[in-house]
Amino acid sequence: MEIIASGQKGLLQPPDVEEFRRWLKENKSPALRDKVMDDHEAVKRFVKDGDYIGVELYGTVRCPMSVMREIVRQGKKKLRLAGQGLLEIDFLVAADLVEAMDITYVGYEVLGLSNILRRAAESGRVKLVEWSNGAMAWRFKAAAMGVPFIPVRSMLGTDTFKYSSAKVVKDPFTGIAVTLLPALILDVGIIHVHRADKYGNAQIDGISGFAFEMARASKRLIISTEELISTEEIQRYPERTIIPWFLVDAVVVAPFGSHPGEMCYCYERDQEHLLEFLKAAETEETTQQYLQKYVYGPKTHQEYLDLIGRDRLEALKGANKGR
Amino acid sequence: MGTETYSPTELMICIAARLMKEARTAFIGTGIPMLAASLAKKLYNPDLITIFEFGGIGASLEDLPRAVGEARTFYRAMVATGICDVMETAQRGLIEYGFLGGAQIDPYGNLNTTVIGPYDKPKVRLPGSGGANDVGSLCWRTIAIMKHEKKRFIEKVDFITTPGYLDGPGARERAGLPAGTGPYRVVTDLALLGYDDATKRMMLLATHPGVTVERVLENTGFELIVPKKVAQNEPPSSDELRVLRTEVDPERLYI
Repeated sequence: MEIIASGQKGLLQPPDVEEFRRWLKENKSPALRDKVMDDHEAVKRFVKDGDYIGVELYGTVRCPMSVMREIVRQGKKKLRLAGQGLLEIDFLVAADLVEAMDITYVGYEVLGLSNILRRAAESGRVKLVEWSNGAMAWRFKAAAMGVPFIPVRSMLGTDTFKYSSAKVVKDPFTGIAVTLLPALILDVGIIHVHRADKYGNAQIDGISGFAFEMARASKRLIISTEELISTEEIQRYPERTIIPWFLVDAVVVAPFGSHPGEMCYCYERDQEHLLEFLKAAETEETTQQYLQKYVYGPKTHQEYLDLIGRDRLEALKGANKGR
Repeated sequence: MGTETYSPTELMICIAARLMKEARTAFIGTGIPMLAASLAKKLYNPDLITIFEFGGIGASLEDLPRAVGEARTFYRAMVATGICDVMETAQRGLIEYGFLGGAQIDPYGNLNTTVIGPYDKPKVRLPGSGGANDVGSLCWRTIAIMKHEKKRFIEKVDFITTPGYLDGPGARERAGLPAGTGPYRVVTDLALLGYDDATKRMMLLATHPGVTVERVLENTGFELIVPKKVAQNEPPSSDELRVLRTEVDPERLYI
């Protein structure tokens, strides 16, 4: 295949599908083991310094925030990240735990830019490689397929391509130029879901984002769930199992686990808390104060929920419109 | 009618909503496009199918989304799917319009949402592409909605995040982008703009009420094509303003 152009940035994670197969064969088991554990144990056992991490969905929407706060508390270092998100990424960057990021979007949509990303990127502290949202999801899809790359028609002709590690080739069948995206195999994937059983069979309500692809692109996989349900319930609706047990390493039960983000059909986003965080994020000093209060302060997810307050959480639940 | 006061943002939303009168499918980016889609659905085109990148297709759009993955993007929707399915639907050519915001735009409609200043030493690091590059690559017609300022409308954007016509006629196809796609309109707080067929450069189509062609030119940092006849946009109607203020954004998140 003729290579027409190459993105100038190096790969942050090699798309080594042979190594991925070997790893999965040696480490994944279909045995029905109880994988329920708390955030502390899940992060201690399955997140390591230097890992490449992916988080799904994103900061204000169905996001495993309790696990992310625990990663900061345990101070896992030199992490590389799939950079599509909000405060779940900003927490790690602000705690100086991130070395490099495949970035597609780090910002707060209507609420504005990320000042934490700005400080990190403008000082050159975090190495960045550019992609589009579609491209990142497709990179997970390629890994989920077990192939080293996937051809797509995004990113062509742009600086987003130029500052990526993708390639443009002449398609041997049609002769048109297509972008080849390298598969993105994660050391750890972290996904928050509505329901899971103790083995890790997981159900998601509403949009599925890129949970299907990311779960299958991960070597180690931590699931956090609003609710623990019986395997019998899973078996009654097997078509709802978007993530099967044999991919999952840890099941963390985390009600309000997406706070301050929303969980569709369960609770609304905590707009007030988001604004408090964004205000704090304006300076380095107040960012660290926020982390002290809400991340390092509470030692467990329950302590965090106590700090936020039962009444406030119930109000977020009450504000939800349901289906 | 037309004597009511309104803000530049409100005007921009109303003009963009009118562009959705005939649309069947529209990929909605974050920010102002969400308000325009919501207004269009309530006032002009209840059958408009809105598509949000993380999986919401055909929502009622009763409440204004604050995020492209929020429950409001698929409340009472036809479909709640995932990002690959949505992007692949666009890649197969099934999505007509894409509505995007941007920090900078050039005469060929290339958009920048990545960095202001040089890439390696940015003055301002912006969020990055998000779904914008995919929308601008794969939808048939892209509509940009942004503030009309000289520093934003520039001959060369600092970074091409999302492809417009790149460097001119035929460039998209040469790069491998789907044939027949590209920028269609730009809605600003001063004017409605389009593109000249022959050169693919931006062209003034209509000015907003009280705005002169000179004022548009003063606020554009590149040579804008001005046809002999420039239309005048109607001001927001009292209906548009009422629905926008009381139904679309009653919390005043954006307006």
